[in-house]
Amino acid sequence: MKILVCMGNVPDTTTKIKFDSEMKKLDTNGIQWVINPWDELALTRALEIKEQSGGKIEKVSVINIGKADAEPTIRKALAIGADDAYRVDAEPSDSYYIAAQIAEVAKKENFDIIMCGIESSDFNDAAVGSMLAEFLDYPSVSAVSSFEFNDGNVKLKRDIDGGKETIVISTPFVAIVQKGICINPRIPAMRGIMMARTKPITVSAPVETDSLIETTIFELPASKAACKMVDAEDTDKLIELLHGEAKVL
Amino acid sequence: MSIIVFSENRIGKIKKQSLEAVAYATYISKNNSKPVIAISVGNVNNDELAVLAKYGASKIISITDSNWQNHDSQAYTKLIAEIVEKESADTIIFSHSNMGKAIAPRLSVRLKAGLASNVLALPLSYSPYVFKRKSYNGNAFQQMKIKSQKCVITINPNSCDLVESPVSVNITDFTPTTVANAATKVENIDLITGKILLTEASVVVSGGRGLKSSDNWKPLEELAEVLGAGLACSRPVSDEGWRSHEEHVGQTGKIIAPDLYFAVGISGAIQHIGGISGSKVIVAINKDKDAPIFSYANYGILGDAFDVLPKLIESVKKFKSA
Ligand SMILES: Cc1cc2nc3c(=O)[nH]c(=O)nc-3n(C[C@H](O)[C@H](O)[C@H](O)COP(=O)(O)OP(=O)(O)OC[C@H]3O[C@@H](n4cnc5c(N)ncnc54)[C@H](O)[C@@H]3O)c2cc1C
Repeated sequence: MKILVCMGNVPDTTTKIKFDSEMKKLDTNGIQWVINPWDELALTRALEIKEQSGGKIEKVSVINIGKADAEPTIRKALAIGADDAYRVDAEPSDSYYIAAQIAEVAKKENFDIIMCGIESSDFNDAAVGSMLAEFLDYPSVSAVSSFEFNDGNVKLKRDIDGGKETIVISTPFVAIVQKGICINPRIPAMRGIMMARTKPITVSAPVETDSLIETTIFELPASKAACKMVDAEDTDKLIELLHGEAKVL
Repeated sequence: MSIIVFSENRIGKIKKQSLEAVAYATYISKNNSKPVIAISVGNVNNDELAVLAKYGASKIISITDSNWQNHDSQAYTKLIAEIVEKESADTIIFSHSNMGKAIAPRLSVRLKAGLASNVLALPLSYSPYVFKRKSYNGNAFQQMKIKSQKCVITINPNSCDLVESPVSVNITDFTPTTVANAATKVENIDLITGKILLTEASVVVSGGRGLKSSDNWKPLEELAEVLGAGLACSRPVSDEGWRSHEEHVGQTGKIIAPDLYFAVGISGAIQHIGGISGSKVIVAINKDKDAPIFSYANYGILGDAFDVLPKLIESVKKFKSA
C-alpha cells in the first residue's frame, strides 16, 4: 500500500504578514517558509503508520504544488522521512486549482491512503483535502484526530462539533487530519538530511483547470484602539463597561 | 434561482451557527430576491424546524430517514447536489463547522461552484459576489470574487447578526433519489453533553499557564458558571493535561468567535490569537503589564488572577441579580 501526504509550503506562523503596494500579493521578503503545520502532523503520522505496518505500507510520498523555490521545504519532508516527492510546477493559486493538480498525479499513481492537513495557515480555506476526494470520487473523513492502521484495517476518530465519532473505512480514501493525530511533529535528523539529498522529486507540468474565484485584494486588520485598563480592585467597573459600553453582557 | 442553507442540528436542536447561516442567506435574499430554502437532515421536529422560518427560510426540506444518520461527506454531497438542481439554487451556504468544512469543498467541485470559505462578513458585492474571508490565521483578510455561476460559502461563527425576519413556512418531508450509501461506517459516537459547546458559546472564559496547575481551575469554572460561559484554555494547558484537549483554542486547536472572551493568565502568543481573534470583545487578566495579550484586548486588568477572579465573580453575581 502507498500513502500520499499533501503538503503546503507556507510562511512560518510567526511571520509578520505584509503585501505588495497594490495589496494583491504577499510580500515574501524575509519570509521563512515551512511545511504547513497540519501537513507536518499528517506526514509524521503517515511515517509512524508505515513503520508499524510490518511492511504492509511500502512507501510514503509527499506532493506539493509550487514553483522550484518550494524545494527546500520538500527536501525537509524527505529529510523527516518521506520516501519520495512529487511537485507540480505551478503557482498554488487557490484550493480548487491545487486539488485539481494533486488529483491528476494521484490518479496516475494509485495511492491507497491520501492524507491532508485540515487547513493551510495561509489561505485558511480548509478545502483541499475534501476537494481532492471529490475530484477522485473517493470517500473522505474530515477533522480526523486519531488514525489507527491494523493489518490493513483502518479506524479513524473524527471530531464532530461537540463529540467524537469512530469511523471504519476501507481504502482508497482521503483523511483530513488535525491536532491529536500525533504527539509532536518529527524534525529531521542529520542522517535524514543526508539521505534526503538523493531521494527523488518528480516534477510535472500543471494541467488546465477551471478558474472559479479570484482574489481582488487583501486587507490588514484595522489597528485597534488601545486596551482600556480597569483597576484590579474595581471589577464592578469592568462589568459595567462590558454591559453599557461594549454591550456584550 | 434560490439560496440554499444547509442546517445542522445536535440532538434534535438546530445549531446557533445554522441560524446565523439562515440570517446571512436572508440578507442576500433582500438584495437579490431569491427565496431562502433550508435543508435539514436528521430527527428534528416541525416546531424546531419552524425556528428557521423566524430568520427567513420560507421553505424547509426535511430528511428524516435514519439511513442519513451517518454524516458521510461523499453521500451528503450527492444529496445536496440533487436538491440544488431540483431547487435551481445558485448560492449554497454552510457554517464553517466541522461538517460544513467536510461537505462544502466537495460540493464546490461537484457543482463547479467557486468556494468562499471562512467568510467573515456580508457580501461586499452581489453580482458578481465578492466575499471578505479570513486568511493568514486572521493576520489578513482576503476579498474574493466568485467567477462561476454558482457559489458555495462557509460562514464563520458570529459573522452575521441574528436578526429575525419571520416568514410563513412550508416544511416538506423529502425522500431523495440519492441513496445514503456511505463508504464510511460509524462504529461509535461519543457525545459531550451537559456542557456549553465552545463553538456555540457567546461568552468564553479561558485560562493559560498563568493559572499554574489543574487544581487552580475552580475560580475559572465558577466564573464560567455565573456567566453561562464556555470554558477554554491555551495549548500548554491542554498539553500539560491540566484540561481536556476539547478546550484548547488557537491556531492548532479550536477556532472560536464569541461575543466576549476572557483571557486569564494567557500571554497572547500569535498562535493563540489565531484562534480567538474573531471575538468581538477580549478581556485580559494578567499580572505582566507587558504581556502581548494587552495589545489585542479591548479591556484589561493588571493583577494576579487569583485575587481578581473572586472579585470578578462577585461583580457578575451582583450584575446578574440586579
Ligand atoms: C506551530 C505552533 C502552533 C501553536 N498553536 C497554539 C494554539 O493553538 N493555541 C495556543 O494557545 N498556543 C499555541 N502555540 C503555543 C504558543 O506559542 C504559546 O506558547 C502559548 O499560547 C502560551 O500559552 P500561555 O499564554 O497559556 O502561557 P505563557 O506564555 O506561559 O503565559 C502565561 C501568562 O500568564 C501570566 N501569569 C502568570 N501568573 C499569573 C497570575 N497569577 N495572574 C495573572 N497572570 C499570570 C504571565 O504574565 C503570562 O503572560 C503554538 C505554537 C506553535 C509553534
